[in-house]
Amino acid sequence: MAEQVAFELVSPEELLVSEEVAMVVVPGEEGDFGVLPRHAPLISSVRPGVISVYKERHTVSERIFVAGGFAEVTPERCTVLAELAVPVDKIDRAAAEQKLKDAREDLADAKDEVSRNVARREIATQEAMLKVAER
Amino acid sequence: MSGLKELRNRIGSVKNTQKITSAMKMVAAAKLRRAQEQAEASRPYAERMERMLGSLAAANRNKPGGPKLLSGTGSDQVHLVVVATADRGLCGAFNSSIVRDARRFIDQKLSEGKEVKILCVGRKGRDQLRRMHSKRIVDTLEDVSKPRPSFEKADEIGRRLLEMLEAGEFDVATLFYARFKSAISQIVTRQQMIPFAIEEEQGEKGADETASKLVYDYEPEQEEILRQLLPRNLSVQLYRALLENAASEHGARMTAMDNATRNAGDMIKSLNRVYNRTRQAAITKELIEIISAKEAM
Repeated sequence: MAEQVAFELVSPEELLVSEEVAMVVVPGEEGDFGVLPRHAPLISSVRPGVISVYKERHTVSERIFVAGGFAEVTPERCTVLAELAVPVDKIDRAAAEQKLKDAREDLADAKDEVSRNVARREIATQEAMLKVAER
Repeated sequence: MSGLKELRNRIGSVKNTQKITSAMKMVAAAKLRRAQEQAEASRPYAERMERMLGSLAAANRNKPGGPKLLSGTGSDQVHLVVVATADRGLCGAFNSSIVRDARRFIDQKLSEGKEVKILCVGRKGRDQLRRMHSKRIVDTLEDVSKPRPSFEKADEIGRRLLEMLEAGEFDVATLFYARFKSAISQIVTRQQMIPFAIEEEQGEKGADETASKLVYDYEPEQEEILRQLLPRNLSVQLYRALLENAASEHGARMTAMDNATRNAGDMIKSLNRVYNRTRQAAITKELIEIISAKEAM
């Protein structure tokens, strides 16, 4: 297999992954999409979910949870700008549950629309993270 | 000529000062390294964000009714000046040079008849701006970079700016911070944040050029992505400024403390010389007294 995709996963704090892979599956806003070499150029937003990295054609080598962000795809490259990224097997369920509880309380206490939105987003992120961890 | 005891005390106190400054220098050096690493680690994200936004923004720039972050509010009457400085002093001209540039900008805008509002990020900037522009300071954020700049903090500031923009409190936002070049050189930088200023293409690397010529598909709509991307970019830019500022601060402090340590060393040297000379003079004087007393007998 000659052609590969240069996959990069970047968070504001650091460059998390940068490697040549056969395929990545990214949870796009309007549905998951797989990126193979020579994919059409695409910019998409990413919903909270799991990025699957296929190092070899048919085996998932890595699964990484991302809490939303953006993806840029070109024929050679797939770059994901994530707000938060955790490998699935490293998700701390207790911490996530605690954060979910906190966020729900925040939502109940929130007085203005802005902080309510912040809390809602946090809830969505943590719920997605827990759902992923359960599988 | 000062007495021997005073001289001894003086030397002792300068030595103590030197110990403090050299300790501060070493602390600053250690912090600088960490801040630099952090700044470098954040660079890929900002770069890619810029690349993505660049291609999007170019296509959407002149569309009427676009997001305020991109096309502005249509006026430039009220300027918001965000001054990012350190919370602490003893770092050479670091804070003053940022404030000096900001002040010049403020004065210029005022003379053009614009209204200016100031948001201070960092205590020292507020302290210095308060003297002349106390009424214009909207708020001061302190301890933003403590223990180190975090993206959440930057995001908070970004959201704050957005709220103010939505409430129509300003039209144009400009950020002042010091870009880190090296430990001895920090460059005060003025950056227009709102509306988003697209940097001119400067014939960068070949790969980037071809990338910007690609026609992208958008999912969801261009406008929707832009709407999400722009606030994000604002926070990223702020985060980057905070990181650069932190690195610059430690660099400036390191240099300042290095100078202070060296100056203290020079001072100790010259004080020691005076001390020894005085001591010798006293001995000689005593000898002369004894000898001349003996001769007189």
